[in-house]
Amino acid sequence: MNKYIERLQNGIFKENPTFVLMLGMCPTLAVSTRAINGIGMGLSTLAVLILSNMVISLLRRIIPGQVRLPAYIVIVASLVTLTELTLQAYMPALYESLGLYIPLIVVNCIILGRAEAYANKHPVGLSVMDGVGMGLGFTLALTVVSMLRELIGNGTLFGARVLPASIEPMAIFVQPPGAFLILAVIIAVMNALGIKSRQRHLVEEGCNGGCAACGRACDQRKGTDEK
Amino acid sequence: MKSLIMIIVGCALINNVVLNQFLGICSFLGVSRQMKASLSLGVAVIFVMTLASAVCSLLYTYVLAPLSLDYMKTIVFILVIACLVQVVEMFLKRKSPAIYRALGIYLPLITTNCAVLGVALTNVQDGFGFAESVLAGFGTAVGYTLAIVLLASIRSRIREEDIPAPLRGAPIVLISAALMSIAFMGFANLSI
Repeated sequence: MNKYIERLQNGIFKENPTFVLMLGMCPTLAVSTRAINGIGMGLSTLAVLILSNMVISLLRRIIPGQVRLPAYIVIVASLVTLTELTLQAYMPALYESLGLYIPLIVVNCIILGRAEAYANKHPVGLSVMDGVGMGLGFTLALTVVSMLRELIGNGTLFGARVLPASIEPMAIFVQPPGAFLILAVIIAVMNALGIKSRQRHLVEEGCNGGCAACGRACDQRKGTDEK
Repeated sequence: MKSLIMIIVGCALINNVVLNQFLGICSFLGVSRQMKASLSLGVAVIFVMTLASAVCSLLYTYVLAPLSLDYMKTIVFILVIACLVQVVEMFLKRKSPAIYRALGIYLPLITTNCAVLGVALTNVQDGFGFAESVLAGFGTAVGYTLAIVLLASIRSRIREEDIPAPLRGAPIVLISAALMSIAFMGFANLSI
């Protein structure tokens, strides 16, 4: 049982995909304008991640190693399409506000990264828990970022006014530059507190190693450098 | 004609793919460490994105739309892009080793560059025809190249500055990106 709990803690804290592994930056920056969008995006990704980890773990002995990446991409793309259609049917408002970023879950590094780093080597139960942990960690991170942005940029939280009207909200924080700024501040605070993250890896090495396809590019580059 | 030029300007400057829509952030932050690498990646992206927009637009208009398989577009597009990158890679390796050496290592990175899939999907969403899609793809890629080359040149100067310890690494790069994004907001009122 402990192994399952450990997976949850690992995803939420120790290897938080956003703050520690620095994966999935695009949706983190793009949809975090309002807290409700952040949670919606987080939960959509969570659903895809659990299902993709489950399917890939079940098929791990069947998919040949050489074509595993295309196979994973097809599996993930199918699951994303399912999620997209479900959202469109039952949550049209959220579907509208997330828009383009729902189909783009396919290229979210977290999903391929977990498939490659965990699900294709471990049994189904653990892989599902890994998906739950990572998905919750991502949801938590997105919620934190989007709550900060909504509070500072709009003076509200989940649409309800929190800051008194006398404080003028800084609208720049719900606009694109605010996303970069908030993330910069969060990472700087983590640095100051001594929390280790792979941010140096992200900006210094050109790709975040957890991601399958990026990892491949890294290997190739190392290969050519050595020649 | 005027509207076609407006598509390029709109995609490259007004709705800059990186600074306004946050697509392709991974490579934007990662590869911008070196100027030369940024330029090579930019050229590779221009090449692949224009080609991918063209192929996806044709596939959508002549295959997916007539068969009302609209919901399959995510799966089809990502496969097309992945295959296209492979084909381009093999073609360059065979026909022009010099270009392959310069761009080859960045091509696999592009498969997972969400900007390419993003453009293909936006083209369909906006109801663009073939010519418009190709121009949108080209314009978006030019915007991407512009952003990454600008960030690379900012970073080459940052390296020589004395930056407070907690801000070193990702934070200062993100702050630079934020300032660039503010500058690009100035294009919002641009009209031809």
